[in-house]
Amino acid sequence: MQDNLFKINETEYILPGSRACQGCGLTLAYRHMLKALRENTVLTIPASCLCVLHGLYPITPVTVPYLNTTFASTAASASGIAAGLRALNKTDITVVAMAGDGSTYDMGIQALSGAAERTTDFIYVCYDNEGYMNTGTQRSSATPMGAITTTTPILTKEHSKKDFVRIMEAHDLPYLATTSPAYPIDLYEKFVKAKRIKGTRYMHIYSPCPPGWMFPAKDTVRMGQLAVETGIVVLFEIEDGKFRFTGRSKTMAERGKKQPIINYVGKQGRFRKMSIEQLNRLQAWVDSRWNDYLRKAEG
Amino acid sequence: MADVRILTGNEAAALGVKLCRPNVVAAYPITPQSQLAEILSRYVEGGEMRAEYVRVEGEHSALTVCISASTVGARTFTATSSNGLLYMHEQLHWAAGSRLPVVMCVVNRGVGAPWSIFNDQQDSLAQRDTGWIQLYCRDNQEIIDTIIQAYWIAESLYIPVMVCYDGFVLSHTMMPVDIPDAEEVRGFLPPYKAHTLLTPEAPRTINSVLFPWRRLNPEGVLCDGYMEMRYKLQAAMTRAHGVIRKANDDFAGVFGRDHGGLVWKYRCEDAELVFSGMGSIANEATVAADLLREEGIPAGVAGVRTYRPFPREEAAEALRGAKALVVLQKGLSYGYEGCLTSDLKAALYGTPLLIPVVDVVAGLGGRDVKAREIAGAGRDAWKDLQAGKLENRSLWLNCYTGEDHAG
Repeated sequence: MQDNLFKINETEYILPGSRACQGCGLTLAYRHMLKALRENTVLTIPASCLCVLHGLYPITPVTVPYLNTTFASTAASASGIAAGLRALNKTDITVVAMAGDGSTYDMGIQALSGAAERTTDFIYVCYDNEGYMNTGTQRSSATPMGAITTTTPILTKEHSKKDFVRIMEAHDLPYLATTSPAYPIDLYEKFVKAKRIKGTRYMHIYSPCPPGWMFPAKDTVRMGQLAVETGIVVLFEIEDGKFRFTGRSKTMAERGKKQPIINYVGKQGRFRKMSIEQLNRLQAWVDSRWNDYLRKAEG
Repeated sequence: MADVRILTGNEAAALGVKLCRPNVVAAYPITPQSQLAEILSRYVEGGEMRAEYVRVEGEHSALTVCISASTVGARTFTATSSNGLLYMHEQLHWAAGSRLPVVMCVVNRGVGAPWSIFNDQQDSLAQRDTGWIQLYCRDNQEIIDTIIQAYWIAESLYIPVMVCYDGFVLSHTMMPVDIPDAEEVRGFLPPYKAHTLLTPEAPRTINSVLFPWRRLNPEGVLCDGYMEMRYKLQAAMTRAHGVIRKANDDFAGVFGRDHGGLVWKYRCEDAELVFSGMGSIANEATVAADLLREEGIPAGVAGVRTYRPFPREEAAEALRGAKALVVLQKGLSYGYEGCLTSDLKAALYGTPLLIPVVDVVAGLGGRDVKAREIAGAGRDAWKDLQAGKLENRSLWLNCYTGEDHAG
């Protein structure tokens, strides 16, 4: 396991030939996440884009062992794996549950909240592409206001995105972090840290989705960067209750400026029906959250 | 020296589970199962049982924990009732499809709406087609013994097993139970060996998406498609008849108690009027058979212990001398008839036994069923049979069905 200039593990755990879409933000994030978690990791995954990425039996491009589970049960499955391993005295294995926003924000919230309350020793990863992308871009409670989806095709999504990270924060976890595939070193370092910590760790990956968000596949990294630079996505970590901006968000907080949200929404086809009123509401929502984070960072 | 104690069904079940030494227990409380979940908690917290006990936030998670723990090589146990079992429904299929030997007690209770906390068997009957083996217990001794056999059966076949027993009627009723010796159970039940382990030592993907057809792996080996995997489950279920019988016979050899592997018989040899049923109501039918025998009616009972895989041949064999069959059941397929009635009729298809079958729905939502009432249903059938006018019919026992419907 050689390290490069950025101290990133050079071993690849996703081999060429995955079934993910062109420009998939999840794939990019997943690659660096697995590099950070390394060997001695087991995963459990519900029906999802990630499940598709993993390929069709009996061929997979992923070299880590993983279990498929049902949509609502990801965190419960991790509970079972962790309990089984503990009962059999195999305590050196990192247990990871990884699901999209649909099965995290919506159907899987009960199992996740339960597992977190029981301080289950596992890492829960939500890759948030802001909708049911695997089934064809339907609305989830993670879809931002003003976005067109196949189930909000005319009026766009009327409701604001659920602030799920705050719900997880309320579980008093030993470690919680937000990441983006556009900032792989930030993502990598957070997963390295998460692996070292015991208990329930919650990792959020904002994962740009070219077909679902309707932008060219070549722009995934740019879209991830714009999300952070406009403040709609904020990179931070909370370790033992202590909030800390990281990476680009940290620089932005220090300099006290961010780009207007139009720079982000204007580049995605899903927002093409957004009204001025919705745009203003979204900007206000972003500003309010950004100010909350600034206050948190001050402690 | 036998260790006989006066126990409720739930207490007997808890002792049975402890004797089987599961590594992981996951449960969520629901009446009338709760006492079982509580006793197991006491065992684990008190250090009497070395297991991880996951106090989950719902039944869907309870079974998920068992499924996932079983995948890393742990022996697992859960228990539920009624709507809790329905809430598990998706994971029941997942456990069977994954071929994991999870053992679960179903403390049978009526299903809402409307709410009933009391006993019938609609909960487990509604899970008939999920790919689980279903064993129904008659009394508390059978509960403890069947749990031990259930692990042996599940781990021989890699099929999950439900041990079903009637809520309150058994779960909260005390009777003498002979506790099997722990060392003898250890000898009877070898440690669990997983068929496919989730482990970093041999990375593999488990239960990934399949195309409809078979497919080559990178080594050029043609691998099963979805349908081949489903066929293997059905084939294992067919093999299960022999395995369940062997579990029963071997258990009888060690512990001296024979509960009948698939079908049990009571005064059946010369019986012309045969009752059938599952669980405590079938036990009650043995008293009814005695009552009818006193009146000179040659009655007997062929009780179904193994409901899935259905013992077609054994059932037909048990009914060989019968001239009429009265099926007592605490659950039905709405719009048709009692589930067991359909299955028994199907078992008789193609045999010379074209006897009339009386479909008796009884005891729903805890409605009391006395032996004399069962005997009454049998007596009516017998009279009609003697008069040459008994045909297939359905009735709801002890149920007001309106002025125009005599039952």
